[in-house]
Amino acid sequence: MQQKDVLPMKTEPSDKRVTASPAPALNITGAEAVIRSLIAEGVETIFGYPGGAIMPIYDALYDFQDQVHHILVRHEQGATHAAQGFARTSGKVGVVFATSGPGATNLVTGLADAHMDSTPMVCITGQVGAALLGTDAFQETDVIGITMPITKWNIQVTRAEDIPGAIAKAFYIAANGRPGPVLVDITKNAQFAKFDFQYKKCDYIRSYRPVPELQNEQVEEAAALINSAKRPYILCGHGVLIANAEKELIALAEKAQIPIASTLLGLSAVPVDHPLYVGYLGMHGNYGPNINTNECDVLIAVGMRFDDRITGDVNSYATQAKVLHIEIDAAEINKIIKADVAVHADAKAALTALLPKVKAQKHDEWLQSFREADKKEEEKVTRKELYPTEGQLKMAEVIRHISEKTGGHAVLVTDVGQHQMVASRYYGFKDPNTNITSGGMGTMGFALPASMGAKMGAPEKEVVAIIGDGCFQMTLQELGTIYQSEIGVKIVILNNNFLGMVRQWQQLFFDKRYSSTEMINPDFVQIAKGFYIPGRKVTDRADISAAVDEMLNHKGAYLLEVVVEQEDNVFPMVPSGASIADIRLE
Amino acid sequence: MQKEYTVTVYTEDRIGITNRITVIFTRRGINITSLTTAETEIPGVYKFIITVLSEREKLDKVVGQIEKLIEIHRAFVHEEDEVVYQELALYKISTKSLQNGNIEQLIRDNHARILTITADYFVIEKTGHQQELIDMLKKLEPYGLIEYSKSGRVAIVKWSRRFHDHLKELAGKDADNFKTTNS
Repeated sequence: MQQKDVLPMKTEPSDKRVTASPAPALNITGAEAVIRSLIAEGVETIFGYPGGAIMPIYDALYDFQDQVHHILVRHEQGATHAAQGFARTSGKVGVVFATSGPGATNLVTGLADAHMDSTPMVCITGQVGAALLGTDAFQETDVIGITMPITKWNIQVTRAEDIPGAIAKAFYIAANGRPGPVLVDITKNAQFAKFDFQYKKCDYIRSYRPVPELQNEQVEEAAALINSAKRPYILCGHGVLIANAEKELIALAEKAQIPIASTLLGLSAVPVDHPLYVGYLGMHGNYGPNINTNECDVLIAVGMRFDDRITGDVNSYATQAKVLHIEIDAAEINKIIKADVAVHADAKAALTALLPKVKAQKHDEWLQSFREADKKEEEKVTRKELYPTEGQLKMAEVIRHISEKTGGHAVLVTDVGQHQMVASRYYGFKDPNTNITSGGMGTMGFALPASMGAKMGAPEKEVVAIIGDGCFQMTLQELGTIYQSEIGVKIVILNNNFLGMVRQWQQLFFDKRYSSTEMINPDFVQIAKGFYIPGRKVTDRADISAAVDEMLNHKGAYLLEVVVEQEDNVFPMVPSGASIADIRLE
Repeated sequence: MQKEYTVTVYTEDRIGITNRITVIFTRRGINITSLTTAETEIPGVYKFIITVLSEREKLDKVVGQIEKLIEIHRAFVHEEDEVVYQELALYKISTKSLQNGNIEQLIRDNHARILTITADYFVIEKTGHQQELIDMLKKLEPYGLIEYSKSGRVAIVKWSRRFHDHLKELAGKDADNFKTTNS
C-alpha cells in the first residue's frame, strides 16, 4: 500500500490574495447591488428575459442603462447560447438574467452545454421570496437542485447582504481554472431588502485551487517522452484556446517538428495552412489524423478530454502509443485514456516549461504519412465535395465559398449535425477563437443565438452562422432579437429538407428507414422578411458565389438559404463504437 | 470486481453538499450502502464517510469528480484493509424478555450494553462491523425486538499521518461566511 504522508488540501496560500474595492453605496436594495456587482466585475453586456421574480433587478437595471447593455432575447435558452457565444469570442464571462420557474428551467440546456464545453457564464435567476421556498409557490422551481449537476457551482441567496459575495465568487469560479457556468439564484425578498453595499472581488476560495501548480518532475518526464519519440503526434483541444496557448503549442510543434491535429473545439487554435497542421479529429474528421492516431508512438494530448467522438472504441485507441496528457482538470486525467505521463497544469504553463526541454528534431517521413493520407481523402472525398460540377449544391462547396471570401478570418458559428461537421472540415480557420460550436452537448438550435453573442463579443469581426434547416427551427425566434438589437450576423441555412445526420445514420445503419427525419419546411426567406431581415434563397450552383458576396457585402443581418443535396452523407466516418482505424472514406 | 469500499470526503459546511456528492454516484449507477457525515474537529469542515459496493477503477474516477467540486477539500477511496472502522446499532427490546435469564449472557458475550430501561422496553447498544451487528440482531429477535437502528460507518485511515494538522491549517484560512439558510 502506498504510504501517503500527508493530506494536502486543495487550498492556496492566503497571501496570494489581492483586493480591489469599488466605492461602497449606502442603503441600497439587493437588486441594485446585483447591478453594481456586475459593473464591478466589468460586465457591459447582459442577455436576459424579465419576469415576476426578477423584476426588482430589472427595475434597478433601468438606472444603469448607460453602463450595462441588456439584450432582450426571445427565449431564455437563447440568452444562454448568446452568453456562450459572447464568452467564446470575447474571453469574458457571459451573463444571463432569467426569472424563476420556467425562466430558470429554460436555462438548463445552455447551462449543460456551457458545462460540457467549458464556457464561463454567470446566470442570475430570480426566485420567489424566501418565506415561500419549498411551498410550490407560483413560478417556484428548485433551480439549485435542477442545475447542480450541470453547473460548475451554484448558490441560492436569501439575504441582500450576501449578494455581492455570491456574485464575486460566481465570477471567480466561472472564469478561473477550467471555466464553466455558475448560477446565482436570488430570492425576491433579498432583491428588495436594503443594506450598505460594498464590493470585493473574489480571488481565493479555501476549498478550490483553480490552477494547479506545475510539477517539475512531470515536465521532465514529459520532455523525455517527447524527445524519445519517433512518431510524436499532438492533439490540440479547447484547453489550448482557453489558456491562450496557441503560440506556445505551435512553437513546441515547430521545434520538434510534431504534427498537430485538432479536436472539434480545438479548431482555430492552429491556422489550417500551418505546415504542421494535419487536420481535424473524430467521427467525421480527416482520414490521416484518425488513422495515424493508431500509428504514432507518443500521443501528446493538450487540453482535451478524449471524448468518445474522438476515440471511437477506446480498447483499440492508440494502444501502441505512450500517452502524454497535459490537462488542467485532474478528473479528466485517466478518465477515458490512461496517461503514461500526465502534466496536471494549465496548457500555457506546461507548454512554456516544456519548450526549452524539448529537443529540435525532424520527423519528415512521419509527416509525409499524413500527406499521403490526405491525398487519399482528397481523391475519395474532398475534391468532389468542394468542387462538384453537377447535381445539386453541396454543403461543402458553400462552406468553401464562405471560407475563400472571408479569407478564413470570420467567426464561424455552427449548429449541430451534418452542416456542423462539413463546416468544421472545410472552413479554413486562420485566427484563434473563431470556431463557435456546441461540441459536447450537440445542442441543436445553438448557432443562431450563439452567433448574436459572438458578434457582440467581437463586433469588428464578420460572424457567419451555419445552420441546418432543422436546427434553425429550434431557435428561430431569436431573429426578433437580431432585429431589435441590430446585430449584424450573417445567417446561412443549409437546407436539405431532412434532419440530415440522423437520416445519414438511418441510411447507413437502419436500412434507410427514414423515421421522422424528413422535414416539410417553411419559406425561410419569408420568415426573415417578417423580422425585417433581408435574405435570398439559392438553389443553383451558378448563383452561389454572387449570393455569398451579396450576403457579406450587406451591412447588418442577412439570411441566405441554400438548398443543398437532400441525401448527401458526410464522409469520412468512424461508425459509432468502431475503432478509428476503421474509418470509412465512402 | 465489485467489492466494498469506503470513500471519505472533506467538505465545506454548505446546504446541498450531500446532493452534490451523491449525484456523482447516481450518474454512474453506484448504490450508496451507507453514509455518515458530521463536523470534523475543525468547525466548518465536514467529513463524509460513504460505503459502496463497486469497482476500484470506477471509484477512482468518482473520487476525482467529487474532488473537482468547488466546496470539496479532498476525497479518497479506501480499500477495506486501509481503514479501521466501526458501526453502531441500537436494539429496542420488550422489557418482558428481561425475565429470560439468557439475554444478560447474550449482552455480555457480545460486548453490548444497556443504555436505558423503562417498564415497557429497554435499549441495547452495540458497536462493531456490520455483520456482527446483524448477527446480534438475529440473536435478539426471539426476545421480542421492537425496533432496530444501525448507523453508517465511522472510519479512520491507517496510513494517515498529518490529517489533523492539515485540517488545522484550513482553520487559519477564511471560509466565506454566506448565510445560506432561510433567516
